[in-house]
Amino acid sequence: MSKESLSVLATTLLSLVAAFFVSAVIILILGENPVEVFKVFIVASLFSWDGVGFTLFYMTPLLLTGLSVSMAFKGGLFNIGAEGQLYMGSMAVAIFAGSGINLPFYLMIPICILLAFLAGGIWGVIPGYLKVKFGSHEVINTIMLNLIAYGICNYLVVGPFKRQGDQILETEFIAQSARVFRLNKIIPWISESVPVNFALLLTISLCVGYWYFFHKMRYGYEMQVSGHSSEVARYAGINSGRYIILSMFIAGGLAGLVAVHEVMGFRYTFHDNFSRGVGFMGIAVALLGRNNPLGIFMAAFLFGMMNRGSLFIDINFDKLSNDLVIVVQGVIILFAAMSGMFQKLVRSK
Amino acid sequence: MDLLLDASLFASGIRLSTPLILAALGGLYCEKSGVTNIGLDGIMIFGAFSGAVVAFETQDPWWGLLAAIVTGAFISFLHGIASIRYNGDQIISATAINILAVGLPALLSNAIYDSTSVTPNIPNLLPSIKFDFLDNYPILGELFNNYSYLVVGSFLLIPISWYVINKTIFGLKLKACGENPEAAEAAGVDVRLYRMYGVLLSGVLAGLGGAFLSIAHGSAYVRNISSGRGFLALAALIFGKYSPVGVLYACLLFGFADALQIRMQNAFAIPVQVIQIFPFLLAMVILSSFVGRSPVPTAVGKPYVKS
Repeated sequence: MSKESLSVLATTLLSLVAAFFVSAVIILILGENPVEVFKVFIVASLFSWDGVGFTLFYMTPLLLTGLSVSMAFKGGLFNIGAEGQLYMGSMAVAIFAGSGINLPFYLMIPICILLAFLAGGIWGVIPGYLKVKFGSHEVINTIMLNLIAYGICNYLVVGPFKRQGDQILETEFIAQSARVFRLNKIIPWISESVPVNFALLLTISLCVGYWYFFHKMRYGYEMQVSGHSSEVARYAGINSGRYIILSMFIAGGLAGLVAVHEVMGFRYTFHDNFSRGVGFMGIAVALLGRNNPLGIFMAAFLFGMMNRGSLFIDINFDKLSNDLVIVVQGVIILFAAMSGMFQKLVRSK
Repeated sequence: MDLLLDASLFASGIRLSTPLILAALGGLYCEKSGVTNIGLDGIMIFGAFSGAVVAFETQDPWWGLLAAIVTGAFISFLHGIASIRYNGDQIISATAINILAVGLPALLSNAIYDSTSVTPNIPNLLPSIKFDFLDNYPILGELFNNYSYLVVGSFLLIPISWYVINKTIFGLKLKACGENPEAAEAAGVDVRLYRMYGVLLSGVLAGLGGAFLSIAHGSAYVRNISSGRGFLALAALIFGKYSPVGVLYACLLFGFADALQIRMQNAFAIPVQVIQIFPFLLAMVILSSFVGRSPVPTAVGKPYVKS
């Protein structure tokens, strides 16, 4: 490992330790024992095969949104819109595959995956286009588009596409041929109750694709140059506007693919308000993973552990709720912004 | 349409403009100093939460107001530490604040009141200014009576901010840090200090904006109480061309759009959700059409590294 990447690793680990320390202090102030809390997180997510399976399940959408945010970072943009993009992708798939349409699975599944990518991608391209065309800031626009996507999806799932004869706010179930397989079909130690599915394999292959794109392809290289500095890009004859739009399209598409995990692999329907912040968690995943696919994988696994463990936090600790995970995530992002502090520490060693 | 446009709509528009004006003025001081703050929304939520908790516990809304100010300042201080002291990315540290604002109030509210989404109703709202003689004139009374001190205060802050930014030494120094920090430093201005002033002012004002929602307009903290107002305030700031008077017009526009949106929910058969997204769509359209013509402080968003 080069000296530079060692220093990045040390800085990241230091900020992670600091974030967990601050979270421990918060837990203490609230009147619970942080050691016990962290123990619950680890036991629930790692100490049984089912726990690991669930951790992988919770990790899948985080890996997708982490890649999405990171993709936009590489293009020089900040995508706070993964939440809206994943909702639009999931709604598109739920409506299409739940419309009663019947195609063989070898057509249905690719079409649905493409649709998820496209719907998320279009929702991502809007702020990219507005940035290139008018110079309006993608941060405000992606946030506005999240709020608009909530409104649209909530309207659709309460109104015209609501499954009839049921109290739950969900769309019609999708066709059998649009459902992807669960991993317990091919991996014997995962029990049937664990919904981790094909989306995980798809996502891991996307991590490899992400690496290939930025390390082996001209497009990836040029996108990185233009994301780093639009002036350098101009001197190099790179059209940075085109790359802003491309990176936001791919970023939105990656977030849209959460549909494969949620709609095609888990619930088989669009469940109102299902995400609960997975899109925002992608920001912490991308920052912690330093926009590197392996780093993103590890960060997503860590947050997968936390999301799995948070189910047991409500039950076991009177003074805590699963919002603890959101706080930990916020503290991690705050320390990522303060990484200057840790860099000084690492350099002075 | 007559039903839609009446005196109570006007009053409701004025009231709903108030949190936007407070947050947008906060953003104004912050951006003028060269620090962008997309964490206004999160700070509003923190202000609303601490205001409601303290107003409930002490039974006195004024203590709640003070708590919101202190909390807002503290939260923005975190943003300042990360982005000014450690030259961190201003968007990232502000995003951290927005995410903490989702988790921390919920966590605390659960620990104190056993509910992650609401705090108990406060017994006394922040008082309103009442002119008894206006009670004799129903329409005038509706238009001009019974505004909270915070509403009146926020409108007074418009000329005050204009004066502070354009006519005082403090304002000149603040603007210099946002336009040309190297020159400001050369002229003896402590850029980091003045940027911190800007950030702290944004925290105080956004905290007040949040408190308005929980102890003056409403009477409790509820989850997601800001409903994106902190972001609309940022849009209003850009639309208002970074001037206090422009901010006033832009916030009135968004405030009235909000009031109209709430009114329309009861009046038409259009689905609620479609009407609710109207202010956000408006913000996007306005941003895209005006951003190029808005005089953004030159050095905004860039950390100032002493050479």
